[in-house]
Amino acid sequence: MLEIKNLHASIDGKEILRGVDLVVPTGEVHAIMGPNGSGKSTLSYVLAGRDGYDVTDGEIIFDGENIVETAPEERASAGVFLAFQYPLEIPGVATMTFLKAALNAQRKARGEDELTTPDFMRRVKAASEKLNVTQEMLRRPLNVGFSGGEKKRNEILQMALLEPKLAILDETDSGLDIDALRVVSEGVNALRSPDRSMLVITHYQRLLDHIVPDKVHVMSAGRIVRTGGPELALELEAKGYADYAGEPA
Amino acid sequence: MNAEPRILRTQAEDTLALEFAAARTRLPGSPSVAAAREVAFADFQKAGLPHRRTEPWRYTDLRALLRTVPPLVSERAELPAIVDPLAGLDRARLVVVDGAYRPELSDLSGIDGVTVRPLAELLREGDERIGREIATLDDAVVSLNAALMTGGVAIDVPAGAKIARAIEIAHVTTGLLQTHTRNLVTIGADASARILETHVGPADSAYQANIVTEATVGDRAKVIWAKLQLEGAAAVHLGTFSVSIGEETEFDHLTLMTGASISRSQTFLAFAGENARAGLFGATMVRGKQHADIALTVDHAVPNCASRELFKAVMDERSEGVFQGRINVRPAAQKTDGRMMTQGLLLSEDASFFVKPELEIFADDVQCAHGATSGEIDEDILFYLLSRGISRPEAETLLVTAFLAEAIEGLGDEAIGDAFEAIARDWLANRGQEAK
Repeated sequence: MLEIKNLHASIDGKEILRGVDLVVPTGEVHAIMGPNGSGKSTLSYVLAGRDGYDVTDGEIIFDGENIVETAPEERASAGVFLAFQYPLEIPGVATMTFLKAALNAQRKARGEDELTTPDFMRRVKAASEKLNVTQEMLRRPLNVGFSGGEKKRNEILQMALLEPKLAILDETDSGLDIDALRVVSEGVNALRSPDRSMLVITHYQRLLDHIVPDKVHVMSAGRIVRTGGPELALELEAKGYADYAGEPA
Repeated sequence: MNAEPRILRTQAEDTLALEFAAARTRLPGSPSVAAAREVAFADFQKAGLPHRRTEPWRYTDLRALLRTVPPLVSERAELPAIVDPLAGLDRARLVVVDGAYRPELSDLSGIDGVTVRPLAELLREGDERIGREIATLDDAVVSLNAALMTGGVAIDVPAGAKIARAIEIAHVTTGLLQTHTRNLVTIGADASARILETHVGPADSAYQANIVTEATVGDRAKVIWAKLQLEGAAAVHLGTFSVSIGEETEFDHLTLMTGASISRSQTFLAFAGENARAGLFGATMVRGKQHADIALTVDHAVPNCASRELFKAVMDERSEGVFQGRINVRPAAQKTDGRMMTQGLLLSEDASFFVKPELEIFADDVQCAHGATSGEIDEDILFYLLSRGISRPEAETLLVTAFLAEAIEGLGDEAIGDAFEAIARDWLANRGQEAK
């Protein structure tokens, strides 16, 4: 599904990713943990194709294709989804309008028919009820005035509607209290599927109590420096990142 | 009597003098109107076309921009086939062709009680309301209109009349002409009305339309007024709107500009009675080498009035947008609440936005504020939309539409707002196709 080979990326000439190697097979959930500044968020942006990051070496193989040169909207239509750490507020664009635009844009890019309004409404209703996203939230401008928990639930709602093959969750637990964390995690777990891979990026182990990964990778100074099972997260929780803070040898 | 002579006249100013000399005897009006034309033209000659040292026009140097002027209207033209930009919006239509009201082309149904007359008739009668709302304006373009005005339409909404159907004044220019249209709109006390002003003309003709609309709004009246400037791409549009509003009126006004090569839309609003509220909104969209100037003067002359001004401008390619706004608060105007905001969105590195918001406050117990911003589309927001699969043009359209919608929806009229938003979306859909 996702195979990252020797990925180097820099921003404003400063190298942040220094040779990332990572494989996430179809249907698996992998976590990336690491200290602040290790390049976790950069990796998520580079995977989603954000402007401003120069990929200087390496490949991102998604579904058998190298997508390094592919535009973000094309990656999205091919099935890459990034749940943002800080979802953006867009005044003047109703949440519903945005969801419909996104869903239909992806369908169009894949050569599928646009959804009829009743069909679209049915899907939104079903997905939003599971995530406690109210009709009132859907009518409001996208994320404007939403609480931290509402924004994250809205991200997972988008993921549920867009049905990506690869979901990247960037610090989805940040800014959430325990109850919100549970709702969001349940939403994510409901979307686990043999056809869908997930990359869960987090600084803390607590999210992984709720979303139990198949594998845990430790990132430090722009590389994956260790890989293990779910128990690795517990070890990191106990010992901290002190062992990984230095520059790679 | 000896005004300071202006030694250098531009070719355009010379042509205007010749045109006025040739036309003065055939322009409509009573002897008093004829005398007022002479005074107005002398005022124009004294000032000349506005130039960059004419402070209210500093970003629109007409002396440099108007190299030549086309001839005055001499004959009655057939109405050209021009697409109706508001098709689908229910309204009565008063059609003004080349500066003359044409009843036979107009549709007055559904506005019973409203009196509509050709302005030329009022000029012949020497109606004293003509010129009253602009009497204190010191503006050469208004003087030129006062000297050369041919007609337009006079609308009277009687006191207490509630006119639900919108009334459109449809200005059409038919060819390479200079037109000087004057409209007079009187809305009586306790009345309510929705007025639309549209301006269109042929795409390939460098015509010049000078339109002055005077309006008086009576006490407790409720008025929605929306102007749509969709002039032909080579045209010059010089529009002036001067209105005074009585006590406890609710007055909302929107200007949407996207046509013409050079355009100036100036609004002068005066509060004439207490406890009135005015909302003034604008949405400008320009591209190519278009130049679009919005000038606004809000005169708080009496206490306890509130005004809100929100003007948005989107500039693409090499276009220029201008906003000059001024709120005057006179010594008597205590408890004034005035807030003016202008925001520019630049879609190209070659586009420009010139802004000059001003507050002049002579009363001490007031709440006034102004603000101005100018920027590009937010890259973070754009990436958020792209990351959901929305294409770049569609994402930009969504964001620009949302940007403009705040001003368009400020008018508070859903039907008109929807029609104007559709025009904004059309403009966006044609991005990159009309580059000049």
